[in-house]
Amino acid sequence: MSNYNYIALIPLLPLAGFLLLGLFGRRYFNKVSGILGTLLLGVSAILSLVAAYQYFIVNGMVDGVYPVIEPFKYTWLQFTDTLSIDMGILLDPISVMMLVVVTFVSLMVHIYSLGYMKGEERFATYYSYLQLFTFSMLGLVISSNLFQIYMFWELVGVSSYLLIGYYYDKPSAVAAGKKAFIVTRFADLFFLIGILILGFTGNSFDFNTLINTLTSSEFATHFGASFLGISVVTWALTLIFIGGAGKSAMFPLHIWLPDAMEGPTPVSALIHAATMVVAGVFLVARLFPVFAITDSGALEIVAYVGIFSALFAAVIACTQNDIKRVLAYSTMSQIGYMMFALGVSSFGEHGAGYTASMFHLFTHAFFKSLLFLGAGAVIHMVHSNNMQDMGGLRKYMPITNITFLIGCLAIAGVPPFAGFFSKEMILHAAYESHPGIFYVALLTSGLTAFYMFRLYFSIFWNKKAHLHGEHHSEGTFSMKLPLIILATLSIATGFIPFGNFVSSDKTVLHSHFDIVFSIAPVLIGLLGISIAYNFYQKQSDKPTKIAAAAGGFYKAAYQKFYIDEVYIFITKKIIFNLIGRPAAWFDRNIVDGFINLTGNTTTKISSTIKGLQSGKVQGYAMYFFGGVLVLTLFFIYCLK
Amino acid sequence: MEVTLTHILFLSTSLFFIGMYGLFTRRNMITMLMAIELILNSVNINFVAFNKYLYPEELTGVFFTIFIIAIAAAEAAVAIAIIIHIYRDHKSIDVEDSQDMKY
Repeated sequence: MSNYNYIALIPLLPLAGFLLLGLFGRRYFNKVSGILGTLLLGVSAILSLVAAYQYFIVNGMVDGVYPVIEPFKYTWLQFTDTLSIDMGILLDPISVMMLVVVTFVSLMVHIYSLGYMKGEERFATYYSYLQLFTFSMLGLVISSNLFQIYMFWELVGVSSYLLIGYYYDKPSAVAAGKKAFIVTRFADLFFLIGILILGFTGNSFDFNTLINTLTSSEFATHFGASFLGISVVTWALTLIFIGGAGKSAMFPLHIWLPDAMEGPTPVSALIHAATMVVAGVFLVARLFPVFAITDSGALEIVAYVGIFSALFAAVIACTQNDIKRVLAYSTMSQIGYMMFALGVSSFGEHGAGYTASMFHLFTHAFFKSLLFLGAGAVIHMVHSNNMQDMGGLRKYMPITNITFLIGCLAIAGVPPFAGFFSKEMILHAAYESHPGIFYVALLTSGLTAFYMFRLYFSIFWNKKAHLHGEHHSEGTFSMKLPLIILATLSIATGFIPFGNFVSSDKTVLHSHFDIVFSIAPVLIGLLGISIAYNFYQKQSDKPTKIAAAAGGFYKAAYQKFYIDEVYIFITKKIIFNLIGRPAAWFDRNIVDGFINLTGNTTTKISSTIKGLQSGKVQGYAMYFFGGVLVLTLFFIYCLK
Repeated sequence: MEVTLTHILFLSTSLFFIGMYGLFTRRNMITMLMAIELILNSVNINFVAFNKYLYPEELTGVFFTIFIIAIAAAEAAVAIAIIIHIYRDHKSIDVEDSQDMKY
């Protein structure tokens, strides 16, 4: 059983779904388009599971290493003998894992949306966008070369833009869509430059060739080009990381993620929690051998950006009142975890960070989409995003309550939930190589527990529920089912021996689970939970007092540390004034001036000579004979 | 008195300038057409005369003349058709009245 050709179907089915629903859905089968999309994605999900089973279990390792398989490859653009852009499929442990995550979470979101988006006028459009997104994300994870990943990277950006701006009659949603697109696109510019540099130095875009070339000892000794004292490879990797940081909402390119919550909640669950935002992590992981072996400078950047974003976002998350924004910042924080886990890792034997990062990506996808879908159910019920409008919902929404609690416990790192295992592994990896990062991460995990339970208690406990409106139900079965499945997975996935499947050198990584080590993270998590319990389980004035005591710091965190204002200052005041206006002046006066000059001159000349075309036939005859006369004289006297 | 080439050229030149005069002074389109015929015929005379006096063994000039007569006939047909249309449109065949085709 070594035939992997059916893998191509996994992304192609959603593509077919996108075309079908996008072109005909709204007009001919708006109502059933949801079911159609869900079925198509169900097939994809099943195929992904089959692929994972086949790859990991049936075929397994060859000589102790998981093989890298390219079942399909087609040369698309040939530049030189060695440099070409291919379209292909690359299967290795992380891409197979991502296939499962993406199709599965997407399937859950499809099912959930059947209930959540019911009665929407543009139901089919919504599903076609979801399918487009799923197609692009699947294409991204199985890309065999840098250019292919770049193309799907942009497609993912486009579909994210479409979905954030789905409620296009809402100005804030439109602005958020634009913001997300522009910020990530700005980061992608660096990504593209990085691709070109890396392609130039490695003389290939293909991942396998590139990794083999750049990590060979021959390359290290012979290739010494540097720029500003830093080697070119480090530059390229840093630039590629900037691209990844844009998609993954790392500081300081995170500003789009909280605003992206303007999209429908299931979309936030799919794109802005589980799949697209981890694309940056995936990208670094994909090129990890180059990062780790050729030059570790870029990896340091990854580590410090990751840990800073994790802490930064966690602090902001503690102060926000919009439940989706809290979740957005928590996503940013968790992705920070994944990033610094990659950053502290090294290749091969000490690659625990790599495995931990992928493990956290895997578990996070489930519990974070669970939290978002739960939040969606709450919003569906209360018709508000604001925490202060909620409270005491546990009696009205028992299933959401339980599953949301499971999600919170998982993200807070309480055993035996999934987040505990992956987070413990990350912390352990950090402790072994970068103790400084470890302590910050520990603090962050305490904050994580605090703000998640602040959220939980504020929604489901706190004050008595005051629901207005006539009937309130928890939502349809299609909304509850994904919650239950994802909650189960949030418990179960922690027990997967992840080191057996995914490791930096594709062999087995023996993770040493250390019960003594895990005491500290669990304790600090429980501390965070108990503080949150103390503050928010019942209505009290403690939070306001603390906020008042923290004063300026609280206010700064509440205002997201004024990063948006800084951006607006930089763009409006500096870029617009120093670059935009001079460029506009140049365009208006020099470029347009030249064009206008040409036009005006032509007009002037023609208005002077237009009198010649008088409409008088005899006048024309005069010109004609006059011309003949002149020519005759010319021939007779000048050209003898 | 013998008729020389010069006599015939004198005749054809006179004919040509009479035609030019008619073309520029008359306002009636039919008359202008007749003037054009005069110009054409002056050319015909030139062709025949040169053929006869300079290259008597060849027939090129004569053939050219026949061509020109045929073309003049066709041209007259087209021109008269146009004039008829102009007349239907303007109720006049005075060139001064039809000056619409200008800038």
